Amino acid sequence: MLHYVIKRMGTMVLTLAFISVIVFVVIQLPPGDIVTSTLERMEASGMQASDEYVQNLRARYNLDKPLYLQYLNWIFNFVQGDLGYSYIYSKPVNELVWERLGYTLLITISAVIFTWVVAVPFGIYSAVRQYSIGDYFITVVALIGLATPNFLLALLVMFFAWEWFGISIGGLYSMEFRDQPFSIPKLFDLLSRLWIPGSVVGMGGTAVTMRILRANLLDELNKPYVVTARAKGVKPIKLIFKYPLRIAINPFISTLGLLLPTLISGEAIVSMVLNLPTTGRMLLQALLAQDMYLAGSFLMLLAILTVVGMLISDLVLAWSDPRIRYE
Amino acid sequence: MADNILEIRNLGVRFKTDTGVTNALNDVNFDVPRGKVTAIVGESGSGKSVTANCIMRLLQPPGEIVNGSIHFNPSRTAPFDVVAISDRDPRIYDLHGGLISMVFQEPMTALSPVHRVGNQVAEAILCHRDVSKDAAMAEAHDMLSRVGIPDIDTRIQMYPFEFSGGMRQRVVIATALVCNPEVLICDEPTTALDVTIQAEILTLIKDLQEELSNSIIFITHDIGIVAQIADYVVVMYQGRVLEIGTVRQVLKDPLHPYTKGLLAAIPGNVPKSVRLSTIATAVGDADITTPYPLKEVGEGRLVSLP
Repeated sequence: MLHYVIKRMGTMVLTLAFISVIVFVVIQLPPGDIVTSTLERMEASGMQASDEYVQNLRARYNLDKPLYLQYLNWIFNFVQGDLGYSYIYSKPVNELVWERLGYTLLITISAVIFTWVVAVPFGIYSAVRQYSIGDYFITVVALIGLATPNFLLALLVMFFAWEWFGISIGGLYSMEFRDQPFSIPKLFDLLSRLWIPGSVVGMGGTAVTMRILRANLLDELNKPYVVTARAKGVKPIKLIFKYPLRIAINPFISTLGLLLPTLISGEAIVSMVLNLPTTGRMLLQALLAQDMYLAGSFLMLLAILTVVGMLISDLVLAWSDPRIRYE
Repeated sequence: MADNILEIRNLGVRFKTDTGVTNALNDVNFDVPRGKVTAIVGESGSGKSVTANCIMRLLQPPGEIVNGSIHFNPSRTAPFDVVAISDRDPRIYDLHGGLISMVFQEPMTALSPVHRVGNQVAEAILCHRDVSKDAAMAEAHDMLSRVGIPDIDTRIQMYPFEFSGGMRQRVVIATALVCNPEVLICDEPTTALDVTIQAEILTLIKDLQEELSNSIIFITHDIGIVAQIADYVVVMYQGRVLEIGTVRQVLKDPLHPYTKGLLAAIPGNVPKSVRLSTIATAVGDADITTPYPLKEVGEGRLVSLP
């Protein structure tokens, strides 16, 4: 097992090295760079920049060096924990990303919890009572959930929360806590509001998970080992949880790590609608302004989270399914 | 009055599907004598397994019992009609593995792939008796040694996919017998195994039956196995019982044309140039589809003929 983990760590480092190159190249791909967009802004306001000024600017941002040196410089600093400097915020990236990344993780985790808490029981019901009225009802609701774009759902939730309850659900904190330092009441306030972005972001995934769980469980329910367990006297509820569900749930464990990137991309628009301080929005800004250190750092950190998430989900899967462990 | 542990009367089962209604069992009647081995023989789709599932109340929709009764007379508890009790009746769980157990055809898939062998055997005990997990594991250990699993201390911690087919079937048998059921139903337990392992499993079942003296219903389509293991034979065809008798009576002196055809179809010592007989060629023009009621032609000897 230890051998396996070490091997996986090795591949992880390689994967991340590849991703870093791709990230760097992709960010450089659009024509122009931060200097050209700065110059454009200056020209728009009627200023003229001398050639010397442009040279200086490029030198300051290391843009006069060849691409591979820029890359090496960036990645070398990155592994040492220096994420570079954001042009548009005029601040070190370190000061910008961590809080937002934390909130993104928080919302992602609450979305995953929402997804599982809702999808697993309804998926089980839907499979065990296949073709019942309840099954059809759940299916219809799931398909509506799947077909509704997240941001639309966010708008609807906001609208009805205001219309019916007179509360504003934008942001992660209530008005009175917004500018306060962090405290225990503020934490409770955060937790009490977290379910809104969590459920909105998790809605699409919930529908998919529910449908896949239903299909997997239907496959397993009539397998001989389930009949054997029933024939030896295991009672219905325990039977379903202990036997077919254990196996039907394995594919989800293996894709747990993949949830992160999809949730993050799904979350970007929701964050704008709900005014959440997460990565999605800042990433989009950074990409538009060609703020390469900020964008690159975000993409790399998300890649690291995803790869680590994959490793964790593989380890959990090996723990839960002995057939994988022994191969 | 014969001492029967099970008396099956007029059992009818149908399967309602989108393509229509299939009558899987029609007025099935037979007895299972206590402490003996009763073989049910017949080809695929004759209703052997459906009958077994009815006895254990394992029949799943779209299958449903439409009429008949299964009178169960265990020595440990009061007799009752298996068909008549409701789905919520706690006696269902006594049936499942406590009073009646089943050994299935496919040892490769009959065990859960993600649970340890020892736990799967011990679970049967924990379902029926109020004992500690350690005590149950100790009994599972004991039972696994009785079915001939070697090197149990390590094997008990292993998973089914680390076992061969024959070993898995031994585990299935251990699971079925660990609560000492009064009736053991073996649903083609050797069909999926190769011939040498078949013989070992048959010997094991027979030895354990003599030791535990429970009643066995042995479902098979292999007449050779019937001759080896059974005391009584029930011949089924198209959801009906055609003939009942002792193994000697049925194999030596078959009365129904279908049984005669079945016996004639056993590959014998014929020259290579001669084609093997099928049931159909041996039956010939004889009428085997008209559902005549069983008539008694001797003590415990019944046949479905006009």
